[in-house]
Amino acid sequence: MTVASLFFYLFSVVACASAVMVISSRNPVHSVLFLILTFFNAAGLFILAGAEFLALILVVVYVGAVAVLFLFVVMMLDVDFTELRRGMLSYLPIGGAIGVILLVELILVLGSWHFSSGAGAVSEPILAGGKTTNTEALGLILYTKNFFYFQVAGLVLLVAMIGAIVLTLRHKQGVKRQNIADQVARNPATAIEVRQVKPGQGI
Amino acid sequence: MTITLGHFLTVAAILFTIGVFGIFLNRKNVIIILMSVELMLLAVNINFVAFSAYLNDLMGQVFALFVLTVAAAEAAIGLAILVVYFRNRGTIAVEDINLMKG
Repeated sequence: MTVASLFFYLFSVVACASAVMVISSRNPVHSVLFLILTFFNAAGLFILAGAEFLALILVVVYVGAVAVLFLFVVMMLDVDFTELRRGMLSYLPIGGAIGVILLVELILVLGSWHFSSGAGAVSEPILAGGKTTNTEALGLILYTKNFFYFQVAGLVLLVAMIGAIVLTLRHKQGVKRQNIADQVARNPATAIEVRQVKPGQGI
Repeated sequence: MTITLGHFLTVAAILFTIGVFGIFLNRKNVIIILMSVELMLLAVNINFVAFSAYLNDLMGQVFALFVLTVAAAEAAIGLAILVVYFRNRGTIAVEDINLMKG
């Protein structure tokens, strides 16, 4: 057993075990932390498959952004999570049945599939011999042939960002805010008023 | 004993099944359901990368990158909707989400 296969089994066993903990742990904060562990081990699997750039992007995007977002939401919402877990065991039989059926189907597919004859015609071959790194090779086809899809992905992220901001932004009433236009438009004529005050009477 | 494509596909299949199972198990908790969806997308990404490595074709990794993008956008929008919903109703139970009477 080589070192690579040893690490493959290590990463995949930890990934599957922590995925089970994600869906079954009592505390949602623990669920998020186990999700982070799953993503780390999946990144290890990606590195074993030779996709180094994607592995590190997975760590940066998922662990750095998505999982922290989940963590914020779980901690921010004041939800009674034990109440949400009530009746969970009643869903166990049907969920387990569907899960087993799906797994059996997938295993049947795995046991009998084969590449079609046209699958040999690769569109973007990975250059062997280590002349280009994985990141460089990805960049070479991402910014040239797939530039349109790259831009569309950027647009999707922009729409998601604007949508999230618009959804969660709220303006409280009765809060004094700075009005820059009013401030800039002030001049001595509008800001100062000269009154003749009679002695002993006030304004 | 070397690692073949079948090994990677098996891990991805197990992760995908755990994701589906999680949706059924936590039918009331939207946050866990969103995490299960993330698990399923991760399984799909493992499939893409494994096929990319064993067919010697880089397009699979490019597509996995786009799946990653869409998954991040989906998580952001889903959690934003969840926060707004919690502000309005004070709960995140799935069965209470019936404002539109659908």
